[in-house]
Amino acid sequence: MNLVTPFEGIGASVKRKEDLRFLSGRGQYTDDINRPGQAYAFILRSPHAHARIAGIETAKAAAMPGVLAVYTSADLAGIGGLPCGWQIHNKDGTPMAEPKHPVLAEGKVRHVGDPVAVVIAETRARARDAAEAVLVDYEVLPAVASMAAAQAPGAPLVHEGVAGNLCYDWHIGDAAQVEAAFAKAAHRVVFETTNNRLVPNAMEPRCAVGDYDTATGEHTLYTTSQNPHVIRLLMGAFVLNIPEAKLRVVAPDVGGGFGSKIYHYAEEAIVTWAAAKLGRPVKWTADRSESFVSDAHGRDHVTRAELALDAEGRFLALKVSTQANMGAYLSTFAPCVPTYLYATLLAGVYTTPAIYAEVKAVFTNTVPVDAYRGAGRPEATFLLERLVDVAAKRCGFDRVELRRKNFISPDAFPYQTPVALQYDSGNYHATLDAALATADWAGFEARRAEAKARGRLRGIGISTYLEACGIAPSAVVGSLGARAGLYEVGTIRVHPTGSVTVLTGAHSHGQGHETTFAQLVADKLGVPIANVEVVHGDTAKVPFGMGTYGSRSLAVGGSAMDKAMDKIIAKGKKIAAHLMEASVEDIEFDRGTFRVAGTDKAKSLTEISLAAYVPHNYPIEELEPGLEETAFYDPKNFTYPGGCHIAEVEIEPETGRVHLVNFTAVDDVGRVINPMIVEGQVQGGVAQGVGQALLEGCVYDADGQLLSGSMLDYTMPRADDLAPVSVATHTTLCTHNPLGVKGCGEVGAIGSPPAVINAVVDALRDWGVEHIEMPATPQKIWSIIHGKSC
Amino acid sequence: MYDFAYHKPATLADAVKLLAADPDAKAVSGGHTLIPALKLRLNKPSALVDLSGIAEMKGIRREGGALVIGALTRHAEVAESAEVKAAIPALAYLAAHIGDVQVRNRGTLGGSVSNNDPAADYPAAVLGLGATVHTSKRKIAADDFFLGMFTTALEPDEILVAISFPIPEKAGYAKMKNPASRYVMAGAFVSKGPMGVRVAINGAGPCVFRQSAMEAALAAQWSPEAVAGIKQDADGLNSDIHGSAEYRAHLVTVMAKRAVAAAG
Repeated sequence: MNLVTPFEGIGASVKRKEDLRFLSGRGQYTDDINRPGQAYAFILRSPHAHARIAGIETAKAAAMPGVLAVYTSADLAGIGGLPCGWQIHNKDGTPMAEPKHPVLAEGKVRHVGDPVAVVIAETRARARDAAEAVLVDYEVLPAVASMAAAQAPGAPLVHEGVAGNLCYDWHIGDAAQVEAAFAKAAHRVVFETTNNRLVPNAMEPRCAVGDYDTATGEHTLYTTSQNPHVIRLLMGAFVLNIPEAKLRVVAPDVGGGFGSKIYHYAEEAIVTWAAAKLGRPVKWTADRSESFVSDAHGRDHVTRAELALDAEGRFLALKVSTQANMGAYLSTFAPCVPTYLYATLLAGVYTTPAIYAEVKAVFTNTVPVDAYRGAGRPEATFLLERLVDVAAKRCGFDRVELRRKNFISPDAFPYQTPVALQYDSGNYHATLDAALATADWAGFEARRAEAKARGRLRGIGISTYLEACGIAPSAVVGSLGARAGLYEVGTIRVHPTGSVTVLTGAHSHGQGHETTFAQLVADKLGVPIANVEVVHGDTAKVPFGMGTYGSRSLAVGGSAMDKAMDKIIAKGKKIAAHLMEASVEDIEFDRGTFRVAGTDKAKSLTEISLAAYVPHNYPIEELEPGLEETAFYDPKNFTYPGGCHIAEVEIEPETGRVHLVNFTAVDDVGRVINPMIVEGQVQGGVAQGVGQALLEGCVYDADGQLLSGSMLDYTMPRADDLAPVSVATHTTLCTHNPLGVKGCGEVGAIGSPPAVINAVVDALRDWGVEHIEMPATPQKIWSIIHGKSC
Repeated sequence: MYDFAYHKPATLADAVKLLAADPDAKAVSGGHTLIPALKLRLNKPSALVDLSGIAEMKGIRREGGALVIGALTRHAEVAESAEVKAAIPALAYLAAHIGDVQVRNRGTLGGSVSNNDPAADYPAAVLGLGATVHTSKRKIAADDFFLGMFTTALEPDEILVAISFPIPEKAGYAKMKNPASRYVMAGAFVSKGPMGVRVAINGAGPCVFRQSAMEAALAAQWSPEAVAGIKQDADGLNSDIHGSAEYRAHLVTVMAKRAVAAAG
C-alpha cells in the first residue's frame, strides 16, 4: 500500500503549503527583486482629466543629478499602442471603435493619471525630484467624467475619431420574441440601477522590473501579473516587437490581483524598453496614490431593465439596456466584460424564456475600466436579484417563492438559456433550502422584533445567483471576438525518485494553488504533497499558458494537470507491464501503485519512475525514457457555479449606519478539492461584495478629478465592517471537465452584493423604500430615513 | 519625500533654539501626520526637529485637581494609564479609540493637539474639559488655543510641553467615524466639573468648537434628553463625499446625546 497518510487528496482541508513563506515575510514579490546596476523609473502623470499637450520641456530634468534619461512619446517612435484583446461588433456588424492606447500620451491626456513622461534615475527619489522639473504645457480641455456627460449632445470627444464617445452598441437575444411576451404580460416591472465603480486595491501595488542582457539580447520583465505568457505575447508582438524566444516574463509571488493584474500596462513596456535602451535594469513600483489612478477600475454600469411576469409570477421576458463605462482607453479585456460576461448571464437561475439586452460602451475621461473579481457577473446578478425583489414587492409575491417558482429545475440540465449559454448542472432548490435553514429565515421576524426593541432596524436579504466561469472554450470565445485561446497547460514531471514538479500556466496570487494542485497529484498519483512542487509564473519554465482569472485555474488548469497525469499513468503502465512481465491491459493503477490485476505483483510509482530514468531494464524499442507529460486542455463549456447567499443587517436609525450581523453562503462550486481554501475564497469574495454593497464607491467630480483617490476617502472593507460568514457547499458535479469542478474564486463577490442590499431595503420596509444604490453609506441611509419620516 | 536636515535635541531649550533659528524647520514627535505628508511631498520642511528625546515632555502625573499629561505621551499610554482611567475615564476611552493600534503606539498628545486637525479626537477633550495647554513660553487656556483649521495659538518657535486636564465630575465622548478614513466625522466631548458644563464638537466643523446651546441645556438638566432636541446649525460645517453639512449637523446632536449617556 502506498496510500498517502494522512489523507491529503481531494476533499482534505490540508494547510496551505505557501503560507509559511507568506506569513514569515519570505515571499518573493516583484519589488523584492533587485538586479545589479538597477535604475528607477518614475512616471509623470497627468493632473488633468482632459488636456492638449502643447509641449514638454525635459532638458532641465535630464540635467539633474542622478538622472539617466527622460522619455516622452517622442522617444518611443516605432513602439505600438497597448493592444485590446477582445473585439466586439456593433448591432450593424461593424467592429467597435478601438482608438490607440499609447504607452505615453501622444499630444493629449485623457484621464487623471495618464502617463505623460518617464524619468529614469539612480534612485527613486532622484527620479521623482526630476519629474517635478519636467514642464508640461497643458491646454486644459473640457472633460466628460460620466457616461451621461459623454453622451450629451455636443459633448467633448475623448478620442477625436470616436463620434459620441461610443465604443460600441451591441446586443444579444431576440427583441421581437421579448416584445411579444411583454404584450401578453400580466405585470411589467421597470427597474433602474447604477452598478458602482470600484477600485481594486490589491494589497501589493503593481511593480515592474525590466532587464536586458546586452550579450545575448534577451529581455526579461519581472512583473505583478496574473498571466505572464499573455503579457509576453501582447508586449512582445504588439508593443515592443520582441520575438518571444528573446523575451522572458516572470510573475513571482503576487499579492492579490482580483483582475487588476491581468492587463498589459504601459509601465511594463516602459521598463522593458528602457532597460534595453539604457543597458541598465529599470524598476518601477507604484505607490498607493498611483494605483488609484493607474490600475484598471471595475464595474460602472447604468442600467434600465424591465421584467414581464404572468399573473402567477412566472417570468415571461426580460429586456435590459445597459451603458458601460470603458474609461479613457480600452484596457486589455474591457470590451468583453459588459457583453459576454454580463448579458449572457441575464437568465441567471431562472427559466425566463425570452431575453433581449443591448449594451452601449462609452468612453469617458476616467481611468480605464476592466474585469474586477466577478467581471460582468456581479453586475448581472445585482440587476437580476434586485429586480426579482422589486417585482415581488410590486406584484405582491413572496420573494423566496417567486424565485423558487422560476428556478430551472434540477432535472432540466443541460439547460439552454435564451442568451447563448448552456448550463451543464446545478440544483438551485437545494442551495436555497440549505441557506434558508442555515440562516433561520423562518425565525427572522422574531429577530427583527427583538432588534426593534433595541432601537435597531433589522432586515434580511436573499440572492440566488449563478455565474459562468472556468473560461473558456477557445473556439466559442474566438467566434465572439476574443483574440486569444483560453485553454490551459499543465506539465507533470515525475522525478527519478518519485517526487513531482508540476508546471502550470495558471498563476497563484493568493488562491492557494500550490496546495490545491499538489492535492490533485496526491490524490491521483499517491505522492505526498510535501513531495510535490508547483511551478508557475515564469515563461522560461512553463509552457505557454493563459493564466488565472475568471475562476479558471482549477477547472481549466487543474483539468490540464489531470490529463497530463493520465498520460503519466498510461506510460507508467507500459513500464510496469514490462517490469512485471504482464500485459498492459492487466495493469491497474491506484494512488501510487501499479498492480497486475488479480495477483499480488505490484510496483510503486517510484520504482517505475526510477526505471524510466535509468532504463536498464526497459521497453526501449517502444517507449522513450523519462516520465514527464504535458497536456493542453481546452474546456468544452464554461462552468456554472451557483447558490444562495443570505445577508442580515441592522441599521442604526439615528446615524444610518448599517451593521452586517450575519451572512450565509451556500455555494455549488462543483467538486471541492480543499474545503478550507474554498471557505477562505468565499469569505474573501463576500468581503469584497460587502465592500461594494456598503462601502466602496469611486467618485469623480464633473471635471474628472478623482475625489476618492486614497484610502482616506475610498472605503475599503475592514474586519469590523464584516460579520461571521457561514460557508457551506452543495455539490453538483461539472459534467464536462475531468475533475467535476466549477470554480470558487468569484462566487462570493458575485452573489453577495444583492443579498446585502436586499437586506438593507428590507430593514427599511416601513419607509416604503424600493431600492438603494450601492454603496449604501450611512449618509445615504440617513437621507432616506430623514427624508421620509415613518 | 524631499531632503531635510534632522535634529534630535535632548532638551526643550535646544529644541526651541533650533526652531527659532530656522523658520522652515518643523517639530515632529510621533510623526503620524507629518511623515505621510512628507512622503506625499505635500510638505517641504528644511529640517525636522525630533522632540522624542526630551524627557521633560513625558509622563502622566496628578497635580491637585488636574491630570498633567506630557506632550510626548503616546495615545496608547493614555488609553492604558491607570491614573487616567481612574481620574478621567472618558479621556482614556477617547485615546483608546484614536485611529488604529499602529497610530496609538506612535501618535502623541502634543502632536495631535498642535496639529489641530478638525477631524482629530484630542482637541475635543482639551476643549471639552477646559484644559490648559502648557508651552515652552506660557500657559494657554483651551478656549484661546484652537484658532481654526490646522491653526492654533502656538507660535512657530513655541512647543507644546504638556496639557493640564481639570478632573471633572462627569465626562463622556462619542463620535461617528468617517467610513473610509476612520477620522471623526462628528464627535462630542461633554463634561461637568470645575470648568462648568462644557460641550466640545469635533469633526463637524473646520475647527473644534463649543456648543453653547447644549451647554446651557445640560447645565439646567444633565441628561441625554436635554440635548436630544437641540439642533446644530449646518451653516459653516464641513461637507465631503461621506457627509454633507446637514448630515454632520444631525450627527452632532446624536453624538452629544450619546456622549452624555456615556458620561452617566
